[in-house]
Amino acid sequence: MKYVVEIEGLSKEYETGFLKKKRSLALDDLYLQVKGGQIFGFLGGNGAGKTTTIKILMSLIFPTAGTASVLGKNVADTAMHGRIGYCPESPYFYDYLTANELMDYFGRLFGLDAAARKRKTDELLSEVGLAEKDRRRQLRKFSKGMLQRVGIAQSLINDPELVFFDEPMSGLDPVGRRDIRDLIANLRAKGVSVFMSTHILSDIEALCDEVAILRGGKLAASGKLGDLLAKDDAGRSLIVEVQGVNADAIRASVEFIAGASIEATPDGANIQILDESDLDAVLDLIRKNSGRLTRVEPAKLSLEELFVRDTTL
Amino acid sequence: MPNQNSFSTIYAVARNAFREAVRDRVLYNLIVFVLLLTAAAIFLGELTAGQEARVVTDLGLSASLIFGVFIAIFVGVSLVWKEIEKRTVYSIFAKPVSRTNFILGKYLGFCLTLLVNTAVMGVGITLALVYVGGTRFIAGVWPAIYLIFLEMTIITAVAIMFSSFSTPALSALLTFFVFVIGHFSSSLRDLAQSMGSEAALVFFNVVYYLLPNFSNFSVISNAAVGQRPSASMLGLAFAYALVYDIILLTITTIIFKRRNFK
Repeated sequence: MKYVVEIEGLSKEYETGFLKKKRSLALDDLYLQVKGGQIFGFLGGNGAGKTTTIKILMSLIFPTAGTASVLGKNVADTAMHGRIGYCPESPYFYDYLTANELMDYFGRLFGLDAAARKRKTDELLSEVGLAEKDRRRQLRKFSKGMLQRVGIAQSLINDPELVFFDEPMSGLDPVGRRDIRDLIANLRAKGVSVFMSTHILSDIEALCDEVAILRGGKLAASGKLGDLLAKDDAGRSLIVEVQGVNADAIRASVEFIAGASIEATPDGANIQILDESDLDAVLDLIRKNSGRLTRVEPAKLSLEELFVRDTTL
Repeated sequence: MPNQNSFSTIYAVARNAFREAVRDRVLYNLIVFVLLLTAAAIFLGELTAGQEARVVTDLGLSASLIFGVFIAIFVGVSLVWKEIEKRTVYSIFAKPVSRTNFILGKYLGFCLTLLVNTAVMGVGITLALVYVGGTRFIAGVWPAIYLIFLEMTIITAVAIMFSSFSTPALSALLTFFVFVIGHFSSSLRDLAQSMGSEAALVFFNVVYYLLPNFSNFSVISNAAVGQRPSASMLGLAFAYALVYDIILLTITTIIFKRRNFK
């Protein structure tokens, strides 16, 4: 298996204060492997260590312990940076430059010739939805959402194999979010790997193949989103959704089934059973009470429940 | 496949640093300079009959030095600090740009700004001298302008070095001290010798050898009496500035390479 990001025992400790030094651990012995060709979601609450990890991968800060490699190369390898893209959180660029000039400058840093710089600038600024007239305006006149679009565009100027997005949807309106979501999905279709940190759970559900959740600088969970959402304490438990029954009227009968529970809904009830073998008993009960079965599905955590569970102690 | 090398990276960063200085209106100081010089050429000549050319040379070159130092210190200290503070370095270092090449690019781009600035000032002084009929002073003005530029390159390197580990305000203050002491270090050493104190002698000797000796670049008073420095002095001053710049930029790079951009 080819990993695009490999992190082994990464720790980062910050020292604050001048005379009386205080130490805080932003990352604590983090291990992580990210497969290529997919969109990887990097989740965690504020201060969980997401941005610290990305900054180490970008060689902006140095780890206190451990190693990290990107595309098989040590993160300090400057040449490797020619194969990746990065859009920081709330990006800020040279405000005296226009969007076209910024793209041209960054294209030069990758050694692109004038024709390639012009072509990529036009192509990418169109793709992120920046109007023609705005491309000739200085960035100091840009809104947060426009800067975010430029940030995404500049991260792709070198046709990277792997892109890091730190909160890519921040500051975008709903149309902008949809545009960027489509753009990220397109990247995967083109074979580009995406490593993305975000708080917007609907984007994770819509885009990410695998996720990792950080809590207090440690890895709380990782894997395929579907696997993580399947309730880990009840691999075979089912939710039976019923309409036209009174939850209180049948509660005693449901709770007679081992491990089953019932929850009232506006038009009926949700019954949770621990095993498929209990399904017949529940269906009999529904029929006897003139209820209507609307859905049977494996019990799963919602992403929000998963996020809250794994990002708080 | 893109072709990237250190030279093109340094060039790209330098080009942007020059553009930044121009767009941030650093060169606007030239307007004040030209106004000052015009006023000097027109009015001071009447007060100092027969000495117009001397006054224009003295005032013009002194103003070039003061304006240049002012820009070198205040823009120099914010050159790299601003990139860190505004987090523009985040996007830069995620690209194939080493910290050494970034520092060199920023430094060279700003030196180009200073070169344009001092050259335009030199042209201004030359025109003023033509106006007051003091063309024989021109031969002394350009070597002085060249030496002022070399001095600016050292001051900029000092400013960048201090700003790589301290705040802009403190860096500006420290750089200003280096400028002042650098102009008087040989006089201070002479004074210590005449005092006869061993401790003072040791101290001022350390200061003399550690800090740049800017008296190597001071020929304004000579230019004002129509003298021009020898070619060997100009060559030595260049070598001196180059060695100092390399040492200061090496120290800056070593510090900068270890920095965490939180």
